[in-house]
Amino acid sequence: MTDTTTNPPGAGMGAPTRSGDDPRNTASKGTRVFGILSLIGIGWLVALGLGLSPDDQTQGDLVRLMYVHVPSAWLAYLSFGVTAMGSIMYLWKRSEWWDLVAASSAEIGVLFTGLALVTGMIWGRPTWGSYWEWGDARLVTTLVLFLMFLGYLAVRRIPADTHVRSRRSAIVALIAVVDIPLVHFSVKWWRTLHQEATVLSSDFDPKIDDLMLFTLMVGLVVFTLVYVWFMLHRFRVAWLEEQLLDHSLADAIEARRAEAVGTGATT
Amino acid sequence: MADGTFVNDAALVAAKDLRLELRSRVAVSQVVPFAVLLLVIFGFALDGDQTTLQRLTSGLYWVAVLFAAVLIVQRAFAVESDDGVRDALRLAGMRPASVFVGKAGAIFVQLIVLEVLLGVGVAVFFGTTLTGWGLLIASAVVAAAGISAAGTLYGVLTAGLRVKESLLPMLLLPVLAPVLIGATRAMGAALGDVAVDGWSWFNFLAIFALIYVALGLFAFGPLLEES
Amino acid sequence: MSNWGYIIVGWSAAAGVLGAYAVRLVTRGRSLSRRVPPERRRWMG
Repeated sequence: MTDTTTNPPGAGMGAPTRSGDDPRNTASKGTRVFGILSLIGIGWLVALGLGLSPDDQTQGDLVRLMYVHVPSAWLAYLSFGVTAMGSIMYLWKRSEWWDLVAASSAEIGVLFTGLALVTGMIWGRPTWGSYWEWGDARLVTTLVLFLMFLGYLAVRRIPADTHVRSRRSAIVALIAVVDIPLVHFSVKWWRTLHQEATVLSSDFDPKIDDLMLFTLMVGLVVFTLVYVWFMLHRFRVAWLEEQLLDHSLADAIEARRAEAVGTGATT
Repeated sequence: MADGTFVNDAALVAAKDLRLELRSRVAVSQVVPFAVLLLVIFGFALDGDQTTLQRLTSGLYWVAVLFAAVLIVQRAFAVESDDGVRDALRLAGMRPASVFVGKAGAIFVQLIVLEVLLGVGVAVFFGTTLTGWGLLIASAVVAAAGISAAGTLYGVLTAGLRVKESLLPMLLLPVLAPVLIGATRAMGAALGDVAVDGWSWFNFLAIFALIYVALGLFAFGPLLEES
Repeated sequence: MSNWGYIIVGWSAAAGVLGAYAVRLVTRGRSLSRRVPPERRRWMG
C-alpha cells in the first residue's frame, strides 16, 4: 500500500490534518474533544435517564431502558450504513482508506447491535413476559443483521492479500446491507399476515412527555459522539495494523535481500 | 450485451457444471440422500407424529432445501477451485456476468431437481397431500432462483478458503432468512395450512431473486478478479 | 411496580460493553503506536 492511495479528498473526519499529535497512542486533539464531550454527555444522560425524567404512563419506569436501547439500535444501523458507504466507496475508488473505514465501523456496529439486542431483550422480559418476541420485526431484523455482520467480520479475519480481502469484504457488506430491508419486510409481513393478533404495541408512545423526548434526544447525541470517538480510535488502530503488516513485510524482504547479498559476498 | 455471446457463455458454463456434476455423481449419491435424511431426522425429532409433521411440512421442507442448497453451492465451487477453473474462466475472456449466470443457472437446475425429490419425500414420509400446484411450483421456482443467485455470490467468495465449510453457511443462511420465511409462507398457503395470500409471498420471493441476480451481475466481476 | 432490577442490568450492560471496548481500543492503540514509527502515522493525510 502506498501513501498516494490513502488520501481521498475531504477525508477529514473531524481530526486534525496533521495527525500523530501524540506519538505514544492513537489520541489527538480531535479525539480528546470528542472524548470529553462524550463523558460530559454520558453524565447528562445518566442524570436525565435514571433520575430527572419522569416515568411513562403506560410503560412505567421501564421507559428508562429505552434511553440506552433506542440509541444503541440507531447506532447499529448508522454504523452499518457507514460500512456500506465505505464498501461502495472502496469498490469505486479502490482506496484502502475506505476499506478501513468500513471495517472499523462494522466492528463498532456489531458492538452496538449486540447492545441493542441485549437491552431490547431485557426490556421485553417485563413487557412481553419473555425475552424474545418473534412478532417484533425490528428485534428480529436486528438479530439477523447481527449474524450477517458477524459473518462480515469473519470474512475480514481470513488471511489474504490486502486487496483481495478488501474486495471480498466490501461485497459481503453490500450483500448484507441489501438484505436488511428484505428481512425487515418479511418478518413484519410474516407476523401481520398471520391470524394471531400481535399484542405488541409500538415501543414508544407518540405522545410522550417533553422531558422524556429530550432525554431520548440526549441519548442519541451522546451515543453518536461515542461512536465518533470509537471510530477515530478504531480507524487509527486498523491503520497502524496495516502499516505494521506492510512494514514488517518490507523489513522481511529487506532482511532477506541483505542476507542474500551477505552470503553472496562471502562465497 | 444483447448479442448471443452473453447467453452462449452462460449456457456453456452451466452445461460444463452440470456435466461435471452428473459425471461425479456426488449430487446424486450424497446431496439428495442427505436431503432425504433431513426429512427422516425431522420425523424422529418430532416424535414421528404425522399430524405434526403435516402441519409443519412447509417449514421442514424449506429447511431441508436450504441445508442441501449449502452443499450444492459448496460443490459447485469445489469443482472450480480444485482444478483452477476460476482462472481458466477468467482467462477465457468471458464476461464475469455471464459466468455468474452460468454458475447460478447450474445451481438453479440442481435445486429444482432437489425440490421435486423433496416434494415426493414429504408426500411419502409426512403423508402430506400436495395441493395448490400453481402457487407451489411458481414459488418453488422463484425461491430457487433467489437461493442460487445469493448462493453463487457467496460460493465464489468462499471458494478455495480453508474455512469454507463453516463460513459459507454462516454467511448464506442469514441472508436467505427472507427466502425461508417467504417460501414457507407461500407453501403453507398452497397447502392450505395457513390462511395467507400466498401470491404476495411469491411476489416477494421474485423481488428477492431479482435483487440478488442484479447484485450478482454487478459484483461477480470484482469477486472473480481475486486469485 | 418497580422494574429497577431490569433497568440497572440494562444500563450496566451498556456501560460495561462500551467501557470495556474503549479501554481495549486505547490499549491496542498504545501497543501498536510503540511499534510504528511516527512518519508512518499519517492516517488523515
